[in-house]
Amino acid sequence: MEENEKSICPETPQPQPVQEEKKETAPTDKSTSQPTAAPTPKPAAPRPTPPPASPAKNEIKPEVVTPEELHERLAHLKAEGYSLLENLTGTDWGEEGMGVVYSLTNPETFDMTHVKVIAADKETPYLDSVTDLWDIANFYEREVYDFYGIIFLNHPDLRRLFLREDWVGHPFRKNGYEESNNPEIAETDEPISDLAVKYTLTPDGKLHKEETPLFAEEDYVINLGPQHPSTHGVLHFRTRLEGEIITKIDPHLGYIHRGIEKISEELTYPQTLALTDRMDYLGAMQNRHALCMCIEQALGVEVSDRVQVIRTIMDELQRIDSHLLFFSCLCQDLGATTSFLYGFRDREKVLDIFEETCGGRLILNYNMIGGLAYDIHPNFQRRVKEFIPMMRKNLKEYDDIFTGNVIFQNRSKGVGILSKEQVISFGCTGGTGRASGWHNDLRKHRPYAAYDRVEFKEVVRTEGDSFARYMIRLDEIRESLHIIEQLIDNIPEGKIAEKMKPVLKLPVGSYYSAVEGSRGILGVHIESKGDKMPYRLHYRATGLPLVAVMDTACTGYMIADLIAIGGTIDYVVPDIDR
Amino acid sequence: MAIKKNPIIDNIPHEEFQDNETLEKLVEELNQNGVGVVVGALDKLIDWGRSNSLWPLTFATSCCGIEFMAVAAARYDMARFGFEITRNSPRQADVILVNGTITTKMAPVLKRLYNQMADPKYVVAIGGCAISGGPFTKSYHVVKGVDKIIPVDVYVPGCPPRPEAFLYGMMQLQRKVRVENFFGTVNRKEQDPYKEKMDEQYVELLKQQEEA
Ligand code: SF4
Repeated sequence: MEENEKSICPETPQPQPVQEEKKETAPTDKSTSQPTAAPTPKPAAPRPTPPPASPAKNEIKPEVVTPEELHERLAHLKAEGYSLLENLTGTDWGEEGMGVVYSLTNPETFDMTHVKVIAADKETPYLDSVTDLWDIANFYEREVYDFYGIIFLNHPDLRRLFLREDWVGHPFRKNGYEESNNPEIAETDEPISDLAVKYTLTPDGKLHKEETPLFAEEDYVINLGPQHPSTHGVLHFRTRLEGEIITKIDPHLGYIHRGIEKISEELTYPQTLALTDRMDYLGAMQNRHALCMCIEQALGVEVSDRVQVIRTIMDELQRIDSHLLFFSCLCQDLGATTSFLYGFRDREKVLDIFEETCGGRLILNYNMIGGLAYDIHPNFQRRVKEFIPMMRKNLKEYDDIFTGNVIFQNRSKGVGILSKEQVISFGCTGGTGRASGWHNDLRKHRPYAAYDRVEFKEVVRTEGDSFARYMIRLDEIRESLHIIEQLIDNIPEGKIAEKMKPVLKLPVGSYYSAVEGSRGILGVHIESKGDKMPYRLHYRATGLPLVAVMDTACTGYMIADLIAIGGTIDYVVPDIDR
Repeated sequence: MAIKKNPIIDNIPHEEFQDNETLEKLVEELNQNGVGVVVGALDKLIDWGRSNSLWPLTFATSCCGIEFMAVAAARYDMARFGFEITRNSPRQADVILVNGTITTKMAPVLKRLYNQMADPKYVVAIGGCAISGGPFTKSYHVVKGVDKIIPVDVYVPGCPPRPEAFLYGMMQLQRKVRVENFFGTVNRKEQDPYKEKMDEQYVELLKQQEEA
């Protein structure tokens, strides 16, 4: 892998200067030659160089506010209806200083607005916290603090989110961060502090640090994870109990934080694609779709209809794959091993389809900037058409063996209830949000690819409990099958990939695109300074809000319910930590 | 078969250990008279048993773990080889399959899990990440190969490896287990990279205690 990258790196810049020269000479040629040699426009005509996408579809022009106005402005926007904090991206703009872009969304209309703020102080930058406006800001701000060292005043609990507490420095800073400050392998066990840190500003403008204990001395706290079979990966919950009742959960993240966003800053745009599949591996297609879409829209490239349709089908197959795994794991965690085998039996069928076309089972590497890596396999349509009725039939089996099970019903109905206000405030999109009555399916509200031409229902329930979250996923499998059914016979002819230059340079600006991933809105935020590598690439992970809501969802329920609640909320840990 | 050079057992002279003929004759005689007796090396029996009931620890950090689940499910069915009993506690497990990326933060946890396992214990590094850091070698927070933390017996390359590769890797481990000697020699050939350090710490501790 690495060798490949290395061999690509030194080669790719070579064609680039040649191309640039061409581009530069072409317009001068035109301007000089057009008036004189008008009858010979031949060399120019067959090469319609795509204009550098004057207003790219997904370019965001954030409103810039000063740190003093920030809180007031955001509160005002929230009151105006932008009550979902969809994304929060910290960036080090170098000379200008460090700051944050807030992406706000109206949870009904899905309009977006962006606010940008740059902290005044460059050494110890600080901004006002917005944790009082949005619950999810708590985790988002901790992430920015961890990566950039931006201090959020009045944040109730400003600890690091991913890195160890004894980590030196902030790795995403553009200068002044030494990797060698930290050992590759930590020799000692991690110190986990029990103190929540709060910074405030004293009247004379100095930072004041306040530490309050997270747990009281006499609290009974048990550790779940990081190595626990039902946390779906390496996740650590410090759970405070009162008898058998959970009174607080403190999620401890970062055991699989690989710094994907940071690595991406040193990769060219086509290379960054490789890492998307490894974030949320059950949404590999959709992740890559989101990144490709963001880059394509920023470049002003229109992919062919064929690509759009194939991408849509693949996204839906991936969704089915993910929901089947959700079903299997949930059953396994609750002790129903047979259902686990049922789910995997059907999932293998989806993987067969993927494997034939993409060559991979889990890591698919299918979407490319400007199209697809390969055309679909000749068997693809036949296999998909065989799969649809089979899956429909098997879904009934699932209901028979598991949905109606009394034990499961008792463990999930009325358990882990989340209200609509809570899921919006926490930014829990996807099935978890829809189970609480929030219509948040981007496929409906901000249609992309071929979703505007297919007919499907947005599955929404109002109970907000574990059972609703479970049912949503099973129903979504049916809807996905329905979508695929409409498209599979109507794949238009066309190119499978646009011709792209070997070295891509995004125009200067900020770009944001989002797709509906398997478990919610997956957004990609790119800051470009016109280089062949992204200046900042941030993913709006679907999982971070989902794990942030665990405290709220579990408080007041029994410790045994934690497994069912965590299972139905359906997070994937490598997606949270990135 | 390794036998201690000069076993001292009362009443049996050392030479008789080499005398297979008498034993074979004895077995034949017994068999003819209807007594079911088999002779063989006890090592072989133990190795046969152990290699066919390797209990893995459920340990998965990322993508490769999902493929591990696929191996455990019906189509690839690792129960055919006796690996199906996945244990959630390291104290009951024989082999730790490192599925996925190990980060700096996870490294001490993995080391502790390994130390909690009872001997004989094995490690299989699955996927590019566990072998060398895989696609994340450039990262500031990824351990470039689990063999820097714990000794590895089998490497299974891939990103992720196919289920067949998992099974092949596990079968290689079985081969390793089958040639082991339970009696007489040291089982683990590979050095624990932390052993020396531990010894040093232990000596120091003893010194401190003496002084006190
Ligand atoms: S080797 Fe590949 S599939 Fe396995 S954990 Fe690493 S990135 Fe994921």
